[in-house]
Amino acid sequence: MSINSIQVRGKDLSFWQRTYIPEIVKGMALTLKQVFRPKFTRQYPEERWNPPSSFRGRPVLVEEQGVERCVACGLCARVCPALAIEVQASETELEKERYPVKFEINMLRCIFCGFCEEACPEEAIIMSDEYELVFTNPDDAIYGKEKLLMSTDRLKTRLEFLRKAR
Amino acid sequence: MEILIISLIKIVVVLLVILTVVANLVYVERKMSAFIQNRIGPNRVGPWGLLQSPADVLKLFIKEDIVPTSANRTVHALAPLISITVALVTFAVIPFGSTIQLFGYDIQLMIADVNIGVLYILALTSLGVYGVTLSGWSSNNKYSLLGGLRSSAQLISYELSMGLSVVGVIVVAQTLRLDKIVELQSGLAWNAFLTPIGFVTFVVASFAETNRLPFDLPEAEPELVGGYHTEYSGMKFGTFFLAEYANMITSSALIVTLFLGGWQFPYLETFNLPPMWVSIIHILTFMVKVSGMLLFYMWIRWTIPRFRYDQLMNLGWKVMLPLAIVNLFVTAGGLLLLG
Repeated sequence: MSINSIQVRGKDLSFWQRTYIPEIVKGMALTLKQVFRPKFTRQYPEERWNPPSSFRGRPVLVEEQGVERCVACGLCARVCPALAIEVQASETELEKERYPVKFEINMLRCIFCGFCEEACPEEAIIMSDEYELVFTNPDDAIYGKEKLLMSTDRLKTRLEFLRKAR
Repeated sequence: MEILIISLIKIVVVLLVILTVVANLVYVERKMSAFIQNRIGPNRVGPWGLLQSPADVLKLFIKEDIVPTSANRTVHALAPLISITVALVTFAVIPFGSTIQLFGYDIQLMIADVNIGVLYILALTSLGVYGVTLSGWSSNNKYSLLGGLRSSAQLISYELSMGLSVVGVIVVAQTLRLDKIVELQSGLAWNAFLTPIGFVTFVVASFAETNRLPFDLPEAEPELVGGYHTEYSGMKFGTFFLAEYANMITSSALIVTLFLGGWQFPYLETFNLPPMWVSIIHILTFMVKVSGMLLFYMWIRWTIPRFRYDQLMNLGWKVMLPLAIVNLFVTAGGLLLLG
């Protein structure tokens, strides 16, 4: 760098451009135009969002004819990276022979990765479309079987999506 | 005695109107920024969110008032008061209507009929810098201090071009009385058309004087945390907020009075209306013009990004000041030639 190297502007602006007035007017016209454009805001509690079938909401246990599909193999608990799932197996008179006595997901730990859904051999645990999770103390965040069970009718779109994806 | 009572009533009315407008101005600004950014804006508190501003003020009143341990307590408490006083007192000499006949009295619609109104305003607006500077200094916070310093430099630089562009108006009007200046702008002989350069320099300077967005360096958030009011909380912060908007109203009113014909409705006298109607139309005209100016302020704020500090100083000293001087010469020369 010599002392003579003077910084040259990439573009020589005319006098009118250097006053910035045309650009300011352009900007003002743009913002004025935006005022009359449709708004993007969703009025949330009144106007809800219906997630697409690929959406991973809170994990639920699929309930078929009043009974969960789950055979308590424990693969979901094994694969869960956040260690959110706890399963305790027991025997049953039903055809599937095994069922979970206790199935708990700690929703404070769950990261909604969907690994449990992928690992499940019975398509018994899947991600629902529910995204509104509210609890007022940490104990409420542990969802037992009564909260996790969800009928196949409610989960139709997700089940169809999973079949297609497989 | 009567004069005193009438003045007191005028003061109370004007103060109440300004404070209500300030509260609603915050709402209008939030709505406007929302619309410009394709959002909806506050709409939850009350119908169309109209109670948002009262709720915010209530919140500010309830909040704890924190004073930093190393702050200068007296000055720290005094600074917001200076800001708000200066912002409100300036309105005293601005005529917001001609005269109105009420209960047998001829009431002149300006609070103080001062014969050096323009000088009074220039003097008070330069006092406003004390509020900002002292708040920055007394907080004992380097960012606040920087904000205060910037603000004093900025206000002093732009005061020059502001004063000089007002001189153009005074040359045209041959008087310092604001009511006379307004009266001379009857029809469409507005000073904005007579001294267009002066109008532009004055508007730009008043943007700088009110610390509004293209020139809001005293509170440049990305650089200075919050600027001069970083260490303020509760209603002391609220007072600064109030002062900013009150300043906006005052300077809009000043621009309208000096350059946009004040309360004059063009060619109203040709309609031959009863005097009561004329007075009311004058007040309404003034209000509409001021609100137009206020909307322009907001529109600018949400369009143009902030200047860099050196750009601000360059603009103030190398562009605005020469322009104001040129304006003065052109106006004076024009007046000499045309009689």
